Amino acid sequence: MKNKLIELKNITKSFDQQEVLHNIQLYIRPNEFLTLLGPSGCGKTTILRIIGGFEEADSGEVIFDGKDIAKLPPYKREVNTVFQKYALFPFMNVFDNVAFGLNIKKVSKAETKKRVLEMLKLVGLEGFEKRKIDQLSGGQQQRVAIARALVNEPKVLLLDEPLSALDAKLRKEMQMELKKIQKKVGITFIFVTHDQEEALSMSDTVVVMNHGNIQQIGTPIDIYNEPKNRFVAEFIGESNIIPAIMKKDMLVAFDGVDFECVDSGFAPNEEVEVVLRPEDLVLTPPQFGKITATVTDITFKGVHYEIILKGEHRDYKAQTTEYHEIGTELGISVIPSNIHVMHKMKEV
Amino acid sequence: MKKFQKSKLFYGLYIGVIFAFFYLPIVVTMFFSFNSSKSLTHFSGFSLRWYGNLIKDTEIMQAVYVSISIAILATIISTIIGTLTAIGLSKCRKLVREMLLNVNNIPMMNPDIVTAIGFLILFSSLRIPKGYYTMLMAHITFCIPYVITSVYPKVKTLDPNLADAAMDLGASPFMALYKVILPMLREGIFAGALLAFTMSFDDFVISYFVTGNGVSNISIIVYNMTKRTNPTINALSTIVILVIFVTMFIVKVIPYLIGKRRKEQLAYEENN
Repeated sequence: MKNKLIELKNITKSFDQQEVLHNIQLYIRPNEFLTLLGPSGCGKTTILRIIGGFEEADSGEVIFDGKDIAKLPPYKREVNTVFQKYALFPFMNVFDNVAFGLNIKKVSKAETKKRVLEMLKLVGLEGFEKRKIDQLSGGQQQRVAIARALVNEPKVLLLDEPLSALDAKLRKEMQMELKKIQKKVGITFIFVTHDQEEALSMSDTVVVMNHGNIQQIGTPIDIYNEPKNRFVAEFIGESNIIPAIMKKDMLVAFDGVDFECVDSGFAPNEEVEVVLRPEDLVLTPPQFGKITATVTDITFKGVHYEIILKGEHRDYKAQTTEYHEIGTELGISVIPSNIHVMHKMKEV
Repeated sequence: MKKFQKSKLFYGLYIGVIFAFFYLPIVVTMFFSFNSSKSLTHFSGFSLRWYGNLIKDTEIMQAVYVSISIAILATIISTIIGTLTAIGLSKCRKLVREMLLNVNNIPMMNPDIVTAIGFLILFSSLRIPKGYYTMLMAHITFCIPYVITSVYPKVKTLDPNLADAAMDLGASPFMALYKVILPMLREGIFAGALLAFTMSFDDFVISYFVTGNGVSNISIIVYNMTKRTNPTINALSTIVILVIFVTMFIVKVIPYLIGKRRKEQLAYEENN
């Protein structure tokens, strides 16, 4: 029983004969935090603009609450947007910016004031009503943009890379803050980002995109642990991706060694690819490992060391909390549940 | 040290000569507008005689009315058309935009006489009777490029998402234009309108060619009157100069004072 608030059916879109969205199928549940994740130019912002009503799809349907809204102009949709550079109105103060939507809907003065002040309190900007926009920091402008959208009580909030203009520390803070605000107001957030860490830490559902195609839809844990293809695996975190042969169910061979795994359902001896996350490589003395390799590089990363090991077939990237001298020979093994087998990706 | 003072003296002299060159003729004109006699070279005593003449002269007053009303109408209409064009240009494809912007420059570079003859031929071939409305149309036309040139750079600096943001918050496209885009362009629009007004108000060549039926503006009537000595022109010129001076004062000095006050206020707020 999956409740669908928004559903995109067979959406395609081209700009100047260049296809940016290819037959997109996607639905969004009420109250979920959904992230569209992908490199720039993958079509994620275009999807957002189609839901917001700023672009019209060449074909396909946009179903909102059971009605096709593909032809509805933005000002008649029950969604609001937080734009990439906020697009605040610089000649108005904070209060007037937030009150803009209510003024247009002719909400009474008293009601407007009450709702604007409430919203400013929610985003932590109490007492900033009279400030000019150019007197605010980036993070504060961000909050005004969120308040300006949320005060209209939309069913869905669209966020177009809202954190990309902030510095790393503020970004982290705003991530937590956004998640908190989403829980409090209890509406659907559709968030666009190219930052995989941002996507994993905030979302209920992540949609990974590339070249106008959806690569994978799933929870952050699914996406990280079970990437569907090489693109997703490489885009979400670091990984060793190794060509392999699926000998039979639960047995995969790569780099000349057979490994037990937990995957099944592949054809016998199918050519596949295996994803090994660096943190899943277990480093042992050479005689205990399945593969032997020599340390060629070690970098201190704070919580752990990142080690590059040179084996007979390739270099492996691993993470460890122990220091190993360059030139040390080590064994590598992986426990079966940490080996993830994927179908080989067709070359684009 | 001595050398420095010498160069300072030279600068002072240089600026003095330039200012004299610019303003002496104007000062002379203003001065002789208060002359009691008809001479333009010999001052025989203070009098407001020529100002009295001016007010009594219905021909001149009619010309003043024509100049002002045409300048106001041409300013309003060309500002509206020019502003909307500038906004539209920013949404055009690059090739179209570059082409239009270059075409827009031609009327400003063109000698007035060429534009004037162009209008003359156009109106004649369309058999439009020349008079007030042909003059107005010509003025609107030659003012538009100036408005576009002052508004377009402002449009270019706008965040392209601003109109989207307004519509996202429930504003119709017209409301987005009216409530968000126009207020953000107001400086450019104001500068364009001011340029249009001055261009229209002091135009002679084009007006002279496109008018008829005895409709004259100030420059035409002044031109006709210079054929004989008439200090009434001096009086008229003095008033025009004063009007321009006051306008420039309002446009240049007052925003400066407001800006200064705002800065002081900001500094005050920050200190508290």
